[in-house]
Amino acid sequence: MKPAAFEYHAARSVEEAVATLAEVAPDQGRILAGGQSLVPTMAFRLATPEHLVDINGIEELGRLAVEDGVLSIGACVRHAAFHRPVTDGGLGAILTFMAGHIGHYPIRQRGTFCGSLAQADPSSEWCLAAVTLDATITAQSTRGRRTIAGADFIQGIMTTALEDDELLVETRIALPAADTRFGFAEFSRRAGDFALAMALVSFRLSGGVMHDARLGIGGAEDHPRRIPQAEAALDGQPPGSQAFEAAAAAVAAALDPMEDAGTSAQYRRELAQCLARRALESAAESAAA
Amino acid sequence: MDKVLGQSVPRLEDPPLITGRGRFAADINFPHQLHMRVVRSPHAHAEIRSIDTQEALALPGIHGVWTASDIPDIGPVDLRADRAAEVLKPYRQPVLAKGRVRYVGDPVAAVFAEDPYLAEDGAELVAVDYAELPAIVSVDDPLGEFAPGVGTEVAIIPYSYGDTEAAFAAAHAVVELDLLTGRHSGVPMETRGAIGRYDAAKDILELHGAAKVLHRNKETLIRMLGRKPSGLHLYESHVGGGFGIRGEVYPEDVLVLAAAQRFGRPVKWIEDRHEHLMCANQGRQQHHWARMAVDAEGRILAMEDTFHHDQGAYIRTHGVVVPNLTMCLFTGLYRVPAYRARAHVRLTNKTPCATYRAPGRYEASFVRERLMDAAAAKLGMDPIEIRRRNLITKAEMPYTIAFDEPEAKDGEIDSGDYALLLDKTLAHVGWDSLGPELARRRAQGELVGAGIGMFLEEGGLGPSDGARIAVDTEGDVEVITGGASLGQGFETSMAQICAEALGVDYRRIRVIHGQTDRIPYGIGAHAARTTVMTGNAVHATALAVRAKALDVASEILQTPGDELVIADGTVTRRGRATGPSITLGEIAAFLAPASKNRGAHAPGLNAEEFFNTTETVFPYGIHFAVVRIDEETGHVAVERFVVAYDVGRAVNPMLVEGQLVGGCIQGLGGALYEEFAYDPHGQPLAVTFADYLMPTAAEVPDVEVLLTEDAPSPHNPLGIKSAGEGGINGVGAAIAGAIDAAISTPGAVTQLPVSPQRMRELLRDRQA
Ligand SMILES: Cc1cc2nc3c(=O)[nH]c(=O)nc-3n(C[C@H](O)[C@H](O)[C@H](O)COP(=O)(O)OP(=O)(O)OC[C@H]3O[C@@H](n4cnc5c(N)ncnc54)[C@H](O)[C@@H]3O)c2cc1C
Repeated sequence: MKPAAFEYHAARSVEEAVATLAEVAPDQGRILAGGQSLVPTMAFRLATPEHLVDINGIEELGRLAVEDGVLSIGACVRHAAFHRPVTDGGLGAILTFMAGHIGHYPIRQRGTFCGSLAQADPSSEWCLAAVTLDATITAQSTRGRRTIAGADFIQGIMTTALEDDELLVETRIALPAADTRFGFAEFSRRAGDFALAMALVSFRLSGGVMHDARLGIGGAEDHPRRIPQAEAALDGQPPGSQAFEAAAAAVAAALDPMEDAGTSAQYRRELAQCLARRALESAAESAAA
Repeated sequence: MDKVLGQSVPRLEDPPLITGRGRFAADINFPHQLHMRVVRSPHAHAEIRSIDTQEALALPGIHGVWTASDIPDIGPVDLRADRAAEVLKPYRQPVLAKGRVRYVGDPVAAVFAEDPYLAEDGAELVAVDYAELPAIVSVDDPLGEFAPGVGTEVAIIPYSYGDTEAAFAAAHAVVELDLLTGRHSGVPMETRGAIGRYDAAKDILELHGAAKVLHRNKETLIRMLGRKPSGLHLYESHVGGGFGIRGEVYPEDVLVLAAAQRFGRPVKWIEDRHEHLMCANQGRQQHHWARMAVDAEGRILAMEDTFHHDQGAYIRTHGVVVPNLTMCLFTGLYRVPAYRARAHVRLTNKTPCATYRAPGRYEASFVRERLMDAAAAKLGMDPIEIRRRNLITKAEMPYTIAFDEPEAKDGEIDSGDYALLLDKTLAHVGWDSLGPELARRRAQGELVGAGIGMFLEEGGLGPSDGARIAVDTEGDVEVITGGASLGQGFETSMAQICAEALGVDYRRIRVIHGQTDRIPYGIGAHAARTTVMTGNAVHATALAVRAKALDVASEILQTPGDELVIADGTVTRRGRATGPSITLGEIAAFLAPASKNRGAHAPGLNAEEFFNTTETVFPYGIHFAVVRIDEETGHVAVERFVVAYDVGRAVNPMLVEGQLVGGCIQGLGGALYEEFAYDPHGQPLAVTFADYLMPTAAEVPDVEVLLTEDAPSPHNPLGIKSAGEGGINGVGAAIAGAIDAAISTPGAVTQLPVSPQRMRELLRDRQA
């Protein structure tokens, strides 16, 4: 478990980072953010990048701000930054709750929000958040800047829309309406393990019925996604077990879960169904902001 | 300090450990050392057609690459236990594979390099051409060939007594079970490590990073490497956990020694976690078909058990100890008039297996206690009542379990009051109110239930261990033992025993262990032997030193020896603390070799004594679990776990509790989380901590320990029994019973571990 030799580049600015990346990308050059996914894979020699471009010294990438109704998360913002709510209301609270499910305390001190998106693990809490909450991802290279919608960004197991020479500079999430309620639930074998399935939901209430419902499932399929059939089962219905059961059943019907040696597709489907309902129940219980 | 034996005094070991000054295998470095990396088989079973080391050798910084042909004079890793058994010898593991690899991880070549990174680079360049062979993955697969003409069933071992056939024929009821225990093992925080060094000036070959059974391993290694007993020594440093698996002789130990000698440079090897999870001894995987006959009152008439023992790819140092241990105390705390067991020891193409904490016993207790639960269900009896009815009574002690087979070791139980421990356990958990409370919760729809596992342990196997004690002129004491410390508090407990016998502060005692050049014998630390054997040897030796000190003091103080006492290192007249006195340091000075006063006394305030015994000790325990199941996810939460255990006499209750709690958590791992799974081709699926799930603080309850001293052993002066395995033995049994109770389905659990997915399947079966 000793990595193969590599060349280390410490970038001091975004411009320098993308310039170096453009140079080394053809030789398996990679960005080093928190290192919590990349370094273990290098230790196993499953990844053998010849160059690492370290972005940890770039001050502007540490920016975490709420401006003009948008939460901006720079590339070096750690998971631990969410240990306390980063914004008022339901969004800040749910991100804090989700952060607590990512690995263990030391991992959260190094690992980054944007690194999680770039890594695109099917069980990443932040990938689920980015997809469900329609985040916008900004990528930069020597060829310029572009933005990518969360749902288009994550394409499969460890596959994203990012090009080899692109740096994910920041992720932006529009603040939801103040009365939006959120709920999240996941199941993992042990505290801190990658989840076998998870659900993130949000909806608003008016006239006693739900609308603007969002329901995303992570960990079950090869990438997280919203389940429109489940959202349709919520919109226009009063919150309660009937609608929640119907949405959960729609989740089970819509999913085509992954299967591996320890976990069957059926078990993942059952989990996703249960977690969707639990996330909805907790959203219903949470006080509207 | 008056009384120190039996007190929970702080550990002597802790200051360096908690201040980061510990010295583990990886902390040991010698100038000019080389680093070794082992090239391992990626296949479960294959023929080696050829190995090309040219490219690796061409890499700068690579000092050498060995394959089997480079060490033709070194035989396979030899047996420690069952050494004489000819049938086992063909199955020993070569140090580097010869012609065939038999599990993923089997060592094929060794690369020696200037640093560990280069060593890994070199290892990647060793090109091995394999021809894959079909792999035997399940112990129930058809038998195959280990080598041409050598089958994969190593042995069939019988244990029996009484007329089981008649008992089953006459039974009121018979229960029959098909049960599996999962493959798991001890996974210490510190991986293995071995540093070989050849001291040419003294012609001594040294192995650093050794653990557990250094003297026995030394015997094995001098045999394998053809060295004289005085020409090879083993050195133990801090050890981050053993659990039976660390400290056996493995191929890597032999390689670093041979390479250090051949290259004339120290050779260091530190196992990485990935290697550890596919190469260090695994255990527990057995498939049992068990039956029990009972009469109408639930009294046991006979037990019968046939099982396949999954030994993995080779017979390692332990021989067939584990299947033997599965059978010898299979009947547990119960009176069983007739018993018949048969172990089929079979090889598979998976990591080799050997002893893991409570070897064979965890498996046997699971099977036996499942039989008890099944019989209770069949007869409509309370599971606790049926157990109570069958307990061997205090009046029957000592109680002998004598087997028909001459080679099977009889169980001669020294002492025990099992019914008393059961009463105490039920009182501790408040069973009179807890039972109805759980029933009430179940009636409200919760899946909660309690289970119990009762077990017998054996420890303190002799025949002999010794100690040397010397007091210096400052009054400080050195105790030299052949014991070993795996983190269990060995130094503290030996110091307590010595302090009590000699009359000194235990903090002034330095305990030496794990150094074969300091003492030529020793039993190390295994099979729950250390406190009993080494502890009693230290006790005997300390008494001898005390006698010598009093002899001299009585002369100096002009007082008969029986009127003198030693407290805090000072000899005074009984009841006259302020009267004339002399310290042990002064007596040591008086006895110095060059001392003018010494007269006819032998030089030095010191002694060497032995403790000899042909008997073993039989501690016992009861595990009690309450679980709550999440019906939708299958998650099993352990609400409560109680370990009730009679240790005979506790040298340091805090250390005993530590042993019991740690063991219990490992047991929970094997019952609910940990599993070395393999795919159908024999590829291991749990080779990182992301897949091999050890329970963490978040998964386990605060384990409650009920430690009793109701049945001290009559077989040793201190009355102590062993404690190392009492925390783990019955965990699988208790958890299985608790799950059955929670889902109101007797006999539901037939396999460990119960993962959430398996739990969901059990719930689905129950609905069907
Ligand atoms: C024991 C353990 C448990 C864990 N449990 C969880 C969990 O439960 N949930 C979870 O979501 N994660 C978990 N993780 C992963 C952790 O959250 C990582 O921190 C995260 O996946 C990656 O973020 P990072 O900053 O560490 O990225 P790195 O490891 O530095 O990089 C990961 C990959 O992304 C690329 N990359 C990173 N940042 C950028 C960027 N700005 N632009 C372009 N490419 C980039 C890198 O080149 C690399 O390929 C766990 C990790 C460990 C070790």
